[in-house]
Amino acid sequence: MADQEITLMKGNEAIAHAAIRCGCDGYFGYPITPQSEVLETLAEQKPWETTGMVVLQAESEVSSINMVYGGACTGKKVMTSSSSPGVSLMQEGISYMAGAELPALIVNVMRGGPGLGTIQPSQSDYFQACKGGGHGDYHLIVLAPASVQEMADFVDLAFTLAFRYRNPAMILADGAIGQMMEKVVLPPFKPRRTEEEIIKECPWATTGRIGGRKPNIITSLELRSEEMEVINLRIQAKYREIEAKEVRYEEFMLDDAEYAIVAFGSAARIAKKSIEIARSQGIKVGLLRPITLWPFPTEEVKALAGRVKGILSLEINAGQMVEDIRLAVEGKVPVRHFGRLGGIIPDPDEVVEVLKSSF
Amino acid sequence: MTREEIIEKGQVVYKKPTLLNDTPMHYCPGCSHGVVHKLVSEVIEEMGMTDKTIAISPVGCAVFAYKYIDVDWQEAAHGRAPALASATKRLWPDRLVFTYQGDGDLACIGTAETIHALNRAENITIIFINNAIYGMTGGQMAPTTLLGMKTATCPYGREVSLHGYPLKITEIAATLDGTCYVTRQAVHTVAAINRAKKAIRKAFEYSMQGKGSNLVEIVSTCNSGWKMSPEKANKWMEENMFEFYHLGDLKDTGAVK
Amino acid sequence: MTEEIIIAGFGGQGVLSMGKILAYAGLMEGKEVTWMPAYGPEQRGGTANVTVIVSDDPVSSPILSSYDTAIVLNQPSLEKFEPKVKPGGVIIYDGYGINEPPTRKDIDIYRIDAMDAAAEMNLIKTFNMIVLGGLLKIHPVVGIESVLAALRKTLPERHHHLIPKNEEAIRKGMEIIRKL
Repeated sequence: MADQEITLMKGNEAIAHAAIRCGCDGYFGYPITPQSEVLETLAEQKPWETTGMVVLQAESEVSSINMVYGGACTGKKVMTSSSSPGVSLMQEGISYMAGAELPALIVNVMRGGPGLGTIQPSQSDYFQACKGGGHGDYHLIVLAPASVQEMADFVDLAFTLAFRYRNPAMILADGAIGQMMEKVVLPPFKPRRTEEEIIKECPWATTGRIGGRKPNIITSLELRSEEMEVINLRIQAKYREIEAKEVRYEEFMLDDAEYAIVAFGSAARIAKKSIEIARSQGIKVGLLRPITLWPFPTEEVKALAGRVKGILSLEINAGQMVEDIRLAVEGKVPVRHFGRLGGIIPDPDEVVEVLKSSF
Repeated sequence: MTREEIIEKGQVVYKKPTLLNDTPMHYCPGCSHGVVHKLVSEVIEEMGMTDKTIAISPVGCAVFAYKYIDVDWQEAAHGRAPALASATKRLWPDRLVFTYQGDGDLACIGTAETIHALNRAENITIIFINNAIYGMTGGQMAPTTLLGMKTATCPYGREVSLHGYPLKITEIAATLDGTCYVTRQAVHTVAAINRAKKAIRKAFEYSMQGKGSNLVEIVSTCNSGWKMSPEKANKWMEENMFEFYHLGDLKDTGAVK
Repeated sequence: MTEEIIIAGFGGQGVLSMGKILAYAGLMEGKEVTWMPAYGPEQRGGTANVTVIVSDDPVSSPILSSYDTAIVLNQPSLEKFEPKVKPGGVIIYDGYGINEPPTRKDIDIYRIDAMDAAAEMNLIKTFNMIVLGGLLKIHPVVGIESVLAALRKTLPERHHHLIPKNEEAIRKGMEIIRKL
């Protein structure tokens, strides 16, 4: 029952503990505020002495993501974490992993940009996370935790989805979720897979030609355009399957709602408070919280359009997810955006005021 | 008649290593890559590591190395091979892990990855082909291009005031505490080839013995990029490249440990 | 019951750790808690603040527009958070750090001279626990036993001998807090 212990910790710490517990084989990262506690916690926990997990501080985010690329090539469960500027540096490696169809976990604890920006929370990397981010036609599976508990829970979920589809997955959090402490029940310990299990489960992996099998080659390169198109079409078919099967979302007080807020991550937490306040003033408003940002809950948002008089996209950015909402509702209902920038978090009262003045 | 029927048992004095497959290489005639590929294949085979080798190919002329040597390969982004190798070796410590990189990949865009992987004493080997030019992209200036040498991006010859000095990254590597064996070889003569093979074997063995990181530079020609016949290129290399890039071991701490 | 608290002062005054002890004590009582710091350069000598919510129900937003209680330990924090206390709410301030006391009439104002007391007791490091004691006296958000249990849980073993001093500090705070 020790596994079920309720404890208080930061979102970043929860990521680290969950990684150790879900049988992660390797973490490669570089310090950046506001996510450095991930690497710090791993270093303090010394999992290499218990589960055998490798933890390495790389010389840069560029190197971190390429270590993840190398580790993922071998079928191991590997991950990195960073914050916005660092994740920008990783985009090349992420594109290579999407192209080579490799499972891995990237955690982005977002801060305000552009550029060096600020270290305070932001959600301004939605486009980067959900629309590719690097070069080429690709998607990551993007999970948006809204609590420390979800930070812990989504590590295993992200790895599961990443291996199911041989595709990199991202946990897109922000400085608020990373830095705040909440109650959390850590996931139970799961042993790391043995080398035999990895070789069996990942017959494509570069583990050495054990048993004299044919060489495995991991590459995203194919100079023959006809072949490259075939590869692209196969990857696109995989994305359609993910869109059909893996959409996740939460509904809150939508049953009788006349207005809906769509928000993810910490913005969804603020939205819930705003909804409490608004309802106390007689405004019937509910929340749709996308848990997977890609695949986006397009059908669910589309269905909202038939039920409510207006949708407010609450984001801690200048308006990014609002584009996906507008695409989903096809102009059937007014869609407004509200967000604060530069690391400022909207407060619940101002969201209520925006709701009142928007529709 | 098959090859086996033609060659009588006991008469074989030389053969292509089995790991080197029959795919026609895309390398230019006279290029050093083919020889180095053969040496790497022979060493892996002779060490009995065929089923335990994980190799990392670069971006550059050797990008398709994975097509020719029958081991498991990972094709890295430009310059990042040592990062892939670091993680791979740490996750699979009993595997033979090496990278195969050119001068642009290793000594320019990937300098940080190279220096830090070597200095972390990752138990890997880096095979470094230095031909002082960017071959694959069509003969542009490399970090190792000699002063006065003409390339597509220094058509009047490399000049300090415009381009700075050629980088002796192997000398830098030898100063790092993490490196075990650092050597500079060539493959232009039979004797040189034999020495280069011994160097590769030593580096691979040290990496498997956990003695730290190893760098084997092979000073090479690029007859296409240099616009010379293979024979002339070899001569030019001896007269010019070896003047600046001295052959021999720069560091070997493996034997004493 | 939901108690929404902001604790604000200078970095180094133990603002974040006070909040952490409070949140941990709430957790030990089976309550829902969040601890949301304003993180960053503040930690290195500027102003620091943390929002702590202790509730019987799941906590929605960890970021708030207004607070039930504001504990302010310097003048800039008072200026920032006095207007954000809910009507009928509470401000607790340390007399040492505040030159111009709060003026609102629709809230309860308490003064605690914790810095002076900590100096008198020669226990400067327990300053934040004296303040916490003051809070617990006027608002028993959590029980003192839970706070001591939280200290046992969060302090490294080698510091456990300091727990009696912390308890002394909490009791001192309960003694010296006064309503204005």
